[in-house]
Amino acid sequence: MTEPLLDIKQLRTYFVSAKGTRVVKAVDGVSFTLNEGETMGVVGESGSGKTVTSLSILRLLPPAARIVGGEIWFAGENLLTKSEREMQRVRGSQITMILQDPLMSLNPLFTIGNQIGEPLRIHRGMRGHSLTERVKELLRGVRISSPEVRMREYPHQMSGGMRQRIVGAIGISCEPRLLIADEPTTSLDVTIQAQYLNLLKDIQLRSGLAMIFITHNIGIVARMCDKVAVMYAGKLVERAPVRTIFNQPAHPYTEALLNAMPKLTDKTERLWSIEGQPPDLSNLPTGCPFSPRCPKAEDRCHREVPPEYQVGDQHFTRCWLWERR
Amino acid sequence: MSDTLVEIRDLKKYFPVMKGVIFQKPIGWVKAVDGVSYTIGTGETLGLVGESGCGKTTTSKLLLMLEKPTSGAIIFRGHDIQTLEKNELKTYRRGVQAVFQDPFSSLNPRIRVGDIIAEPVVVNEPLPKAQMQERVQELLRLVGLNPGASNLFPHEFSGGQRQRIAIARALSLNPSLIVLDEPVSALDVSIRAQIMNLLQDLQQQFGLSYLLIAHDLAAVLHLSTNIAVMYLGKIVEFGTSDELRHKPLHPYTQALFSAALPSHPDEQREEIIIAGEVPSPLNPPAGCRFHPRCPFAKPVCSEIEPALRSATNGHQVACHLYNEPS
Repeated sequence: MTEPLLDIKQLRTYFVSAKGTRVVKAVDGVSFTLNEGETMGVVGESGSGKTVTSLSILRLLPPAARIVGGEIWFAGENLLTKSEREMQRVRGSQITMILQDPLMSLNPLFTIGNQIGEPLRIHRGMRGHSLTERVKELLRGVRISSPEVRMREYPHQMSGGMRQRIVGAIGISCEPRLLIADEPTTSLDVTIQAQYLNLLKDIQLRSGLAMIFITHNIGIVARMCDKVAVMYAGKLVERAPVRTIFNQPAHPYTEALLNAMPKLTDKTERLWSIEGQPPDLSNLPTGCPFSPRCPKAEDRCHREVPPEYQVGDQHFTRCWLWERR
Repeated sequence: MSDTLVEIRDLKKYFPVMKGVIFQKPIGWVKAVDGVSYTIGTGETLGLVGESGCGKTTTSKLLLMLEKPTSGAIIFRGHDIQTLEKNELKTYRRGVQAVFQDPFSSLNPRIRVGDIIAEPVVVNEPLPKAQMQERVQELLRLVGLNPGASNLFPHEFSGGQRQRIAIARALSLNPSLIVLDEPVSALDVSIRAQIMNLLQDLQQQFGLSYLLIAHDLAAVLHLSTNIAVMYLGKIVEFGTSDELRHKPLHPYTQALFSAALPSHPDEQREEIIIAGEVPSPLNPPAGCRFHPRCPFAKPVCSEIEPALRSATNGHQVACHLYNEPS
């Protein structure tokens, strides 16, 4: 097998308070790999560290956050040893990101054409006619009609679905090798969401880029992803190919997440709910962070943090239940 | 079939679009709700599904009397609410409560939880202090919170717990109908199931009726007895949730099902991905409002607006595909 495009090893990103007295372990020992052309889903609840993981890859963390350990290998280079200048050449060119709310990620004062052209001007040094042509081509690529007119318009003149497609066009403008999409469709209607997901799949087939989908929606994972990483309280509790996750979930949290979803096709009388609340990261329980809510928890789960066990082909989980096997 | 609690007949709400600053005059109308009729039985849940801008929220506002209908009638327990006297109106308002989407903005951050829950009671039927406290604690227990929580402020709770507080407040006056406007979409996945189960338990315990507004089709199917699918201010399909789950008739409903996310990667589904976006309600298309996006549109669809007709028992659809115009 060839070397993976992205290889994250034991990444740890902590938030440290100003006096250094309080430490919040937002990402704690996350490892995964991603090959060219693959799509990975990162699933978890709010505060589970999905977004901090992706921001760590781009090194766009808020000032209080520190990457305290681990390695991020992207295309044979460790991103954590790069200087800020070198990182700038990676962001927007090699690795790009689509955020949740397109109204927040587009600048209301500049035209669409200007904003799509920006990464091309900066990273590719394109100017004039060739730049205009490329912007038009990109707009056509994300199925926006009459690009000549649209590129002179401003974000407020577009609907939510169109804005998100424009953000997508900016994301792929420099033909990146990795696209990180952070809840890209949460603010969209269902039919628009379906259109957008299809569009992203098309773009991926055409360009062979790798994608990371950050979402709390298991449905998006089922539809889009080749493999899945499930996060809980900053830890990666399970990772596996997508069918393995759905057919044989190994971690009780993954199992509960799958069962807590109402099904479209057949009627369930009562949903299986996970009791309790997601934990407070600044005040984690000892042992496995899921143990207070886990129906299968044993004494040991409350005392010691489980290591990662391999339970199948490319299937890993952090749960004491797998120790004996 | 249980007895009818609320009946809505040909309800319309048009919002004027004004031009000018001082001498304003309407230059057009946004037909947010355009001739909607449905009934909600006692102990039943009616689910309203549709994309943003289809009039779901306006319908609920009309029901809560936050907006005045342009025409049409809302009949609650046999009385038209627009003809009610002041006292009867108060009874109506007590009987219809609401739980909103975002429990972070629907609870006042400066008021203690106990007072938030007690407020509707204080306004409507003041109780002596001791009884009031007992009532608040009872409500907190009902929604699965610790009775000691009444002295805390909303910021001390997580999203799911806040939604429980909002539900307790809605229950405080023993209403017969609760309008649930996207009650779970702002919550975490593991919390959603908790709240949906709680809503079902309360419904059984008190015989409550719900008007559920949501865009997550699977959740609506799970909670509702009947479902109305809305598109641009009109109901395009109405049926029981079992009927709709197995046999969606209207192309728009079928598209919604096909656009909904699968629960398993191997789940095979007919792909009907509709192109385009919802047109502006300011200038809806002539004929069937869905025809510009409909994959099965016929010439007649752009000319004559289809009426809502019964297809099978209790299942109504507004589409030319199901009735050959004679």
